[in-house]
Amino acid sequence: MAMTSFAADAADERDRGGPQQPLLTVTDLRKYFPIRGGVLGRTVAHVRAVDGVSFTVRKGETLGIVGESGCGKSTVARLLMRLVDPDAGEQVFDGEAVGEQGGISVAQMRRQVQMVFQDSASSLNPRMPVQNSIAFGPVAFGARRADAVAMARELLTKVGLNPVLFGGRYPHELSGGQKQRINIARALALKPRMIILDEAVSALDKSVEAQVLNLLQALKRELNLTYVFISHDLGVVRWISDRVMVMYLGEVVEIGPADAIYTGPKHPYTRALLASRPALDPDQRREEAPVSGDPPNPVNPPSGCRFHTRCPHAEPVCSARAPSLGDATGFGHLAACHMQDAGSGHTAASVLQ
Amino acid sequence: MSTAISDTTPPALAELAGPAQRGYWGTVGYRLRYDPVTLFFITILVLVILAAIFSPWLAPNDPYQESIIRRLKPPGYRGHILGTDELGRDMLSRLLYGGRITLTMGILPVLVATLIGGGLGVIAGFAGGFVNALIMRIMDVFYAFPSVLLAVAISGAMGGGAVNGMIALTLVFIPPLCRVAETATTQVRNLDFVDAARATGAPVRLVLWHHVLGNVLGPVLIYASSLISVGIILASGLSFLGLGVKPPEPDWGLMLNALRQAIYVSPLAAAMPGIAILITSVSMNMASDGLRAAMDVRS
Amino acid sequence: MFSYILRRLLAAIPIALGVSMVCFALVYLAPGDPIQTLLPPDADAETVDRLKRLYGLDRPLPIQYLSWLARVAVGDFGRSIATGRPVAEEIRRSLGNTVLLASVSVLIAFSIAFVMGTIAGRRAGSWIDRIVTGIAVLGVSLPNYWLGIVLVIIFAVELMALPASGMAGERFDPTSWEHLQFLVLPVFTLSMIPVGIIARTTRSAVSEVMNQEFIVTLRANGLPEWRVLRHALKNALPPVLAVMGLQFGTLMGGSILVETVFAWPGSGYLLSKAILTRDIPVLQGTILVLALIFVATNLIVDLFQSTLDPRIRRG
Repeated sequence: MAMTSFAADAADERDRGGPQQPLLTVTDLRKYFPIRGGVLGRTVAHVRAVDGVSFTVRKGETLGIVGESGCGKSTVARLLMRLVDPDAGEQVFDGEAVGEQGGISVAQMRRQVQMVFQDSASSLNPRMPVQNSIAFGPVAFGARRADAVAMARELLTKVGLNPVLFGGRYPHELSGGQKQRINIARALALKPRMIILDEAVSALDKSVEAQVLNLLQALKRELNLTYVFISHDLGVVRWISDRVMVMYLGEVVEIGPADAIYTGPKHPYTRALLASRPALDPDQRREEAPVSGDPPNPVNPPSGCRFHTRCPHAEPVCSARAPSLGDATGFGHLAACHMQDAGSGHTAASVLQ
Repeated sequence: MSTAISDTTPPALAELAGPAQRGYWGTVGYRLRYDPVTLFFITILVLVILAAIFSPWLAPNDPYQESIIRRLKPPGYRGHILGTDELGRDMLSRLLYGGRITLTMGILPVLVATLIGGGLGVIAGFAGGFVNALIMRIMDVFYAFPSVLLAVAISGAMGGGAVNGMIALTLVFIPPLCRVAETATTQVRNLDFVDAARATGAPVRLVLWHHVLGNVLGPVLIYASSLISVGIILASGLSFLGLGVKPPEPDWGLMLNALRQAIYVSPLAAAMPGIAILITSVSMNMASDGLRAAMDVRS
Repeated sequence: MFSYILRRLLAAIPIALGVSMVCFALVYLAPGDPIQTLLPPDADAETVDRLKRLYGLDRPLPIQYLSWLARVAVGDFGRSIATGRPVAEEIRRSLGNTVLLASVSVLIAFSIAFVMGTIAGRRAGSWIDRIVTGIAVLGVSLPNYWLGIVLVIIFAVELMALPASGMAGERFDPTSWEHLQFLVLPVFTLSMIPVGIIARTTRSAVSEVMNQEFIVTLRANGLPEWRVLRHALKNALPPVLAVMGLQFGTLMGGSILVETVFAWPGSGYLLSKAILTRDIPVLQGTILVLALIFVATNLIVDLFQSTLDPRIRRG
């Protein structure tokens, strides 16, 4: 079978800085959405969807992003693809600034970074046979139609769908899992180096989810891919991720290696999230809810540490000053909590350290 | 590679995938074939249109030939299959010729308005922001008139006539078509597959052409087809008021008006042009409903 | 809520201004010199001059529009070419008759269509649903001026049971059959389209509500069918009432054809006569008033709906 075109090259000619250079570095990403209101429809406030997010993705790793719904993780995904324009922040892809003088253009970045969306149904054009949806990207970049369709059919095989049976079908003729496989095939069509998976398996049944996750892992090894995996499902994120980033109300509260985060969470929010998972052992299940209430309104986030309104360890310093994460672009285990900072003035700070 | 299926799929399997290999319009046609009601009305519609096109060959008499002694004769009178009108002209011939004018006046404005209104709507929907506000607020003004009133106002002020009537009808149909196109475009624009297409880095015009337009075209065409029946009724209404076609042209609305005076003598003749309008507009509405159902691939 | 009402009212102002601009432009759409379209053909040079100065026809268009708007705002629509009477007076005389015709038609259409739509919606897909849907399609496909002619043929010409056209006297008396009988045929004719539209709306609203879970729950709880239906209708009513309100506005402006058929002395008939005599001042004034009524009806329906359904206020 003619699979050579998709085999991972020993050395990708697009690789510029070598394995040590991060594939993606994001610094201080910000996006405020205006809220219009009043009689004249003026901007009266902003939703701080993403408020100063920084992180790094290494070549070949999977970075998981977790958080409650509304914490800004999906906005991060759209900002990374530039489907939404950021208000501030720098994005460096393999050593080159995206959309800046001397860097690479957004279009060039998009050829190397692709995305899989949560809603497998609405992310496929209902009026297009799925193989044409897959072939669209290559055709748009000048591939001959016949070549692009042939490649699309090859990709269908790769994601486990028989092209003879599925190539000419329309999205409504497919199941959710099949549609998501098509979406993965489409993301692969431009031979990207990185794929952003925004809740890509969240809408699927558990058994189908497992199959698609296995497929993603297999593709990653075979094609040398890097993933940013966004989900609210902590179990899935642990399984697939090398490192994990926890977000709360548009900010990063903790980031670090997956094992370290799951076995020794540093931030009270992360601990609460982990505790909120239903334990498999019924005797281990807790009675009281680990985090009470809904997250505060991102229009008017709490002062200081945004988690202090729900944090069991909150002290005056928490509402007075925002804790810092430290060097978020590094690869260590970091948490934005005053209890982690010896000089913060929090009574628990010295004890923990 | 464990998930890959062998390339040597048996031919039978390839056939299984048969119906799915049809294109979008192929699927629509396939569905229409199994909808006898819609097929029936489409057939009538085609017959009406053919009769209008070939009226010079089909009409037994000259539709303008008057006769003082043969006025308002009943159907079957001396070779006049449907009788004669108030000036002794052959009714059947006038109805056949009248179809040409009435259908043209009903259909042409919808076509032009689909191009203009649909185009403006797609632009407004895709551009958003200021462009959208500018286009849609202007449309709102024209939308603020009941359609009959707007058609009467414009053609009344311009002084009637077939061309002015068609201009008026075009202006009446642009705003609703623009709204439908704008709504459809805005909806499609916010779906993930348009984002996915943009995420490939493809130029905007390709995204617009392949992913937006195809999904907007359906609703716009269905809506336009439902407007044709309104167009025919409005066009003959204008002629009925003396604003459309001028005598002695055979237009269904105008015939209705002229024969109204003869109600007491020949009520059947007075009803006939209306029956022609009714048949055409019911067929048009039913065909349009059937098309709407067939074009909804997702159902 | 208050802010929503205020916002809707503010949004209606530019629309009303736009409508007035379109009506103002009508005079310029007319072929020939605007002054000739505004005056009888035999007007003497002095009158022409006086009117030219009064209307400021020698000044730039925006100024002309503003001075026209100022006169319209105080109810001065000019004089009718045909009768010489002020246009405002002509409109005032006829408007009441059209309101009468349109409101009775809409009420009757509502009572017929609501029953039809409820029956069809409760049994969506059944033969009775098909019949009702068929009647609804017929209602909107029927040229209503033709239906009027047919009704005249049947009831006035053949059966001689009802008057063919006109109205009994200047003042309408709803207690006298003498007066009421003139209303029967025009009302029936005019209600055809709203019957079709309201029946369709009711059908889809009822069938949608009937499939909702709370209705299924009511049924499962063993509530008698007529009480289940009452719950369903209460939920289906708001959109139907909204459509009914919109139809009133449409009929007010769209009754010109039916009024012409029955020579009903309303604003539509006035308009129809103005077209025949090329009486542009009457045409302009009537269309402006009818369009503004349409805008106002839409606004009222909108506000009414928002008080019933708070979801509409968002967005």
